[in-house]
Amino acid sequence: MAVEIGHLSLWLALAAALCLSVFPLIGVYRNLPAWQWYARPLAWIQWLAMTVAMVALGYSFYINDFSVAYVAGHSNSALPLEYRLSAIWGGHEGSLLLWGWMLSGWAAMVGLLSRSVPLPMVARVLAVMGMISVGFMLFMLLTSNPFDRNLPWFPLDGADLNPLLQDPGLIIHPPMLYMGYVGFSVAFAFAVAGLLMGNLDPAWARWARPWTTVAWSFLTVGIALGSWWAYYELGWGGWWFWDPVENASLMPWLAGTALIHSLAVSEKRNMFRAWTVLLAIITFSLSLLGTFLVRSGVLTSVHAFANDPARGAFILGFLIVVAGGALVLFGLRASALRSNTGFKPVSREAFLLGNNLILLTATSVVLMGTLFPLIGEALDMKISIRSPYFNGFFVPLAFVLILLMVPGMFSNWKRQDGNSLLKRMALLAPAAIIAGWFGARLPDPSPWQGVLAIMLALFLVFAHVDDVVRRARAYKQGFVTGLGKLGRGYWGMVLAHCGLAVLIAGITLVSFHEVERDIRMAPGDTAKLGDYTFVFDSLDEYRGPNFDSTRGHFHVSHDGEPVAVMHPEKRTYHASRQVMTEAAIDAGFWRDLYVALGEPLDKSNAWAVRIYFKPGIRWIWLGALIMALGGALALTDKRYRRNRFATNDAGAANES
Amino acid sequence: MKANSPWVFLPLVGFVLLAVLLASGLGRDPQELPSALVGKPVPSFSLPSLLTEETYTEDSLKGRWQLLNVWATWCPTCHVEHPYLLELAARGVAISGLNYKDELPAAREYLANLGNPFTHVIVDADGQLGLDLGVYGAPETFLINPAGEIVLRHAGDLNARVWEEKFVPLLPTQAPAPGQGEGEE
Repeated sequence: MAVEIGHLSLWLALAAALCLSVFPLIGVYRNLPAWQWYARPLAWIQWLAMTVAMVALGYSFYINDFSVAYVAGHSNSALPLEYRLSAIWGGHEGSLLLWGWMLSGWAAMVGLLSRSVPLPMVARVLAVMGMISVGFMLFMLLTSNPFDRNLPWFPLDGADLNPLLQDPGLIIHPPMLYMGYVGFSVAFAFAVAGLLMGNLDPAWARWARPWTTVAWSFLTVGIALGSWWAYYELGWGGWWFWDPVENASLMPWLAGTALIHSLAVSEKRNMFRAWTVLLAIITFSLSLLGTFLVRSGVLTSVHAFANDPARGAFILGFLIVVAGGALVLFGLRASALRSNTGFKPVSREAFLLGNNLILLTATSVVLMGTLFPLIGEALDMKISIRSPYFNGFFVPLAFVLILLMVPGMFSNWKRQDGNSLLKRMALLAPAAIIAGWFGARLPDPSPWQGVLAIMLALFLVFAHVDDVVRRARAYKQGFVTGLGKLGRGYWGMVLAHCGLAVLIAGITLVSFHEVERDIRMAPGDTAKLGDYTFVFDSLDEYRGPNFDSTRGHFHVSHDGEPVAVMHPEKRTYHASRQVMTEAAIDAGFWRDLYVALGEPLDKSNAWAVRIYFKPGIRWIWLGALIMALGGALALTDKRYRRNRFATNDAGAANES
Repeated sequence: MKANSPWVFLPLVGFVLLAVLLASGLGRDPQELPSALVGKPVPSFSLPSLLTEETYTEDSLKGRWQLLNVWATWCPTCHVEHPYLLELAARGVAISGLNYKDELPAAREYLANLGNPFTHVIVDADGQLGLDLGVYGAPETFLINPAGEIVLRHAGDLNARVWEEKFVPLLPTQAPAPGQGEGEE
């Protein structure tokens, strides 16, 4: 019964989305404020209907209703409750439902938090979001309905959730990621609405900016969670694989980062407007492209959902309508957005433009690397793109990016005196070089790239500390009072940039100083890894709720001091017979110790054991979290809470 | 209106190229058997039988049209398709079973309780043959011609519709259903 209610709600949501994409726009073009007014309530109705659908699917998982094909395919009665519920987004159909629900949620929030935005603008933005909803709901209802029944022969028990997904990290990773992907639809909708209106003023950027920042923060957390999950769950200790699906999430992140910076220029200087609009379109289109790549079967990946060319064709068609439509509109209207104000080659605008170019180059590198196998196939060649390609581009791009960040932050808008800029950087550089030299050599000597990366990360942090101090002093009311006067938007930027420095330091440390050993060990054996001694004490077996496990017991000491007791496992899941490696990790701020059971060797009780020492790996995710926190902090800036905007609503309402 | 710079259409051109590329990739399904394997002989193997003392090799799959069905007791969909396999077997279709990554006592019990549609049951305990065949999961069914070559691969359950739409058109016309012809065990 719940399933029928859910199914019906999905149709209801589609009806609401159809109304939302039509009536408010008619209201705008016929100048009927009453019709425009309907945008908000329709967005809320859409969200309510989608929420009912989500609850209905969750309830079906809760009561183990295996007559529902999707439930039977992704859960079984032995699965613990938290995984039964997170199985809602454990497969293709349900994760689409989550996508659609979040999209409707973002639209509802836009409706709720746009009191200060003129009604015709809200009507356009929500109508565009309604159109995107229509596409997703049709996709679900026509090709991937999570509410399909398995009648009349339904299995008595389900097939189980993929054991890889039975993990706390995976309960929250997809929702965070999707919040980011879907959240960029708001920036996209603002961009298209702006193009429709043909007149973008600084207020436009001020409305679109916080939404973009939130979406970006969610995506940052989502990607970090995915990397963390891959690290501890796949059993290889890697944190990034340049897998097509990882790339699919990185592309909108890079473009979104560019968008955030370009929005800053549009807001402060009313410039780069066409560029900002284009970035908003690109960012959301890349989010859709990610969805296409994961679900169409075009590329293979460990994360790929069950593939179906019909679904791929639908998403591709949808992508063409959304991105193609928006780009046609852009082509027709962009020239109206050209600004007449200029800037000097040494100015904050110039450096931000450089930042944008670097970030877009990085996006293209990932896009090319991801699609190259496809191009190869079209030309009948087997091409495999591995990490050296990506690293070869990313390391120098990151170096240049940092070298642009510091002067960009130090510079004034419009024009900057080059000499004073150089002087300021020249004062900081020696400190960073000296500290970096010693910092990078602390663990053990590293190659020049490692030393340089640490120096740049320190340069970035020093520059931000220097900037905070200078700005706080500039108020001339005492240092502490001055600190309090700095805006939250500014603090958010400082935090996010320092997060990047932490991230880079973490990547550098783990890349150049990790130690990995794959060795044969039987209970009683001892292995040494640097100053650490790992003793394999014993091996036992136990039965979990839906798996059997072989578990090793290790104890680790450092120079004779006990450090950790570790229990790596090898699990065999009952329903799918999949074997999973559960690595044991002793996490620390400076280093992780990582033990994973590989394969049992011959007939003895010896195992291939992987023992890793991973310095600084936590900094990678810590850095990402700091970046996301910076985004969240920027969001609380005073100027977004102001109710009055400089623009006149009447002017916006009268254009046609 | 200002003169329209053609550059503003550049992103659109780029996107169209991308869309064409994506559309070209759409027809292919990486989970479909790579076309390389269709028409090729079954990879060589030497595996024990589930029910007898025999050892089977790729030659055991030659000499007649037959199906090779990948199944396991842990696979719910295999339970669903089992009655249809019995029905096909009753109609004279030869079906070899590949018991995939399974526990042998459970597999024997399963066939004893539900009936055995298979002429041979090959045990692939560590999934090596499955790997060579590119098996993605159970159930999967391969159509094999008398020369021991793979003609078709179907992933997912075998049912009346799939049988009529995918398998029957590939069988020799007015020919006997697979299995008729040479000797049974």
